[in-house]
Amino acid sequence: MRYARLLALLVSLAALNSCGNQDSASPKGASEITLLNVSYDPTRELYQAVNKAFSAQWEATTKQKLSIKQSHGGSGKQARSVIDGLEADVVTLALAQDIDEMATRGKLLSADWQKKLPDNASPYTSTIVFLVRKGNPKAIKDWDDLTKPGVGVITPNPKTSGGARWNYLAAWGYAEKKFGDETKAREFVKAIYKNVLVLDSGARGSTTTFVERGVGDVFISWENEALLAQKELGADKFDVVIPSISILAEPPVAIVDRVVDRHKTRQAAEAYLQFLYSEQGQEIAAANYYRPRSLTVAKKYEKQFPALNLLTVDQAFGGWAKASKAHFAEGASFDQIYQPGVK
Amino acid sequence: MKLAKTILIAEPASTSYFKHAHSVLPGFGIALGFTVFYLSLIVLIPLSAAFIKTFTLTWGEFWATVSAPRVVASYQLTFGTALLAALINAVFGLLVAWVLVRYEFPGRRIIDALVDLPFALPTAVAGIALTAIYAPNGLLGAPLAQAGIKVAFTPLGILVALTFIGLPFVVRTVQPVLEDMERELEEAAKSLGASNWQTASRVIFPTIFPAVVTGFTLAFARALGEYGSVIFIAGNMPMVSEITPLIIITKLEQYDYAGATSIAVVMLVASFLMLLLINTAQWWARKRRAEEKV
Repeated sequence: MRYARLLALLVSLAALNSCGNQDSASPKGASEITLLNVSYDPTRELYQAVNKAFSAQWEATTKQKLSIKQSHGGSGKQARSVIDGLEADVVTLALAQDIDEMATRGKLLSADWQKKLPDNASPYTSTIVFLVRKGNPKAIKDWDDLTKPGVGVITPNPKTSGGARWNYLAAWGYAEKKFGDETKAREFVKAIYKNVLVLDSGARGSTTTFVERGVGDVFISWENEALLAQKELGADKFDVVIPSISILAEPPVAIVDRVVDRHKTRQAAEAYLQFLYSEQGQEIAAANYYRPRSLTVAKKYEKQFPALNLLTVDQAFGGWAKASKAHFAEGASFDQIYQPGVK
Repeated sequence: MKLAKTILIAEPASTSYFKHAHSVLPGFGIALGFTVFYLSLIVLIPLSAAFIKTFTLTWGEFWATVSAPRVVASYQLTFGTALLAALINAVFGLLVAWVLVRYEFPGRRIIDALVDLPFALPTAVAGIALTAIYAPNGLLGAPLAQAGIKVAFTPLGILVALTFIGLPFVVRTVQPVLEDMERELEEAAKSLGASNWQTASRVIFPTIFPAVVTGFTLAFARALGEYGSVIFIAGNMPMVSEITPLIIITKLEQYDYAGATSIAVVMLVASFLMLLLINTAQWWARKRRAEEKV
């Protein structure tokens, strides 16, 4: 008898469940549309400005109300959320690899997404610099100084932060260029990580640790994040140090095909990403401390972005797939820093 | 044995298991059916998903993942700090409960309400607040740093966070038992010639001990799985201050779902065994005490 009752309960519950969850797709040509831009950690301020400018432009030309929502977090985490079902119309992440994962694992967009927009689908670039305490008390000039005993280094965990991967590769690239030898480069990077005091999971967390908590002597940071910290907190607290060699970071953008087709937002999403390449979009990027692709805008902001020797991942590491296999995969070079001998 | 006999009056008679007397609730059958169904829906089915994902690995891969030095270091840190934090809470939570129940003083209600705050606060807020205070430039962190003690971004910081979130468990489980305890028992013990120490150790303590153990177990279990507050204060350095839940999250973010769930399974099984052990020991102690009295 008791099983019959249990079964009845189960059946009624199942019936209840299937009643809910009806599909509620928005009708075509609605007078209001919404885009979700899933982005990485330090782009909050950039996309606030971009969204405001673009939705004004879109409304003026199409008479359609557009609201753009933004979501931020560590690049890898954001990509995983999209694969797991977060309905992003566009993604603007820190690493091409994270968007590749969406293409291969989630089949959310075509594998050649990076060819669909100019400049490797990166409308703006950045690089990795050092943020130090005012007056640079530890006299930090270049990557070598980060290996010295007694220098406290702050950087996020490259396993979880896109920015931290650029940091790691910039240090490695410098060492390889200097010593011309992989073993020495490994030792060099290891010496830097010996000096790391706190390993936050994302770039913004590291900024807080260095800036607000006062931990560490040098923060290996996105150039845009370093300049922003300096602006927000006053140039009298921090100095930016430009190393002799750094890396050209190309944060890519893409349309998530599967989502825009379902939402019927392809047109707006395409215009949104194109806007990033326009003079106005480039100007906003530069004002938010991202290096613009447009030469005219770059010329205007020349003072803000000093020229330096930039490696690219393709040249120095043979592309992202190779770099992450050699450095960030399970048991690769980063893991070996903390647990030598593990394969 | 006189003392023991007096206690017997206060204790409900131990009931035997599997015996279902008439009760106001509907029959045993439907109640058990519902319990099993409900637990399956809420606990077992979601947890079994972790096991199923783990089975995609071979035994060798599973073992390599869960026994990597970095992962083993994180088990030691997580279980060690959780245990220590629960012990601290057992001692000081008992003290807080005692003060709140036994003494009347101005502001008692406010302190009583404060105890629940760690429950209500989002753990991330707790983590950020604790980090701000214990960072080397923080209110407490600065004088401590001068004394050479680093709290934030070290395992000590993890202990502070876990102690913070675990406090209400002990206080709230011990408090009602203390409130129900009849003072006459203590008076009787005294009038029968027991010293202060004897009264405490043979009358008061046996009565509240099961509640303390329950509170300890809850605080311990909570601390094992804590992520939000710890992550801000820990420093997250591999081999030093990286907790197991963080390793799980890290693996997830690298799309290593099977690796993440294998570590989760190890944590689950270990936690379950420890909780089972504590509960069994408690049950056994209670039974033995009941037998002793008769």
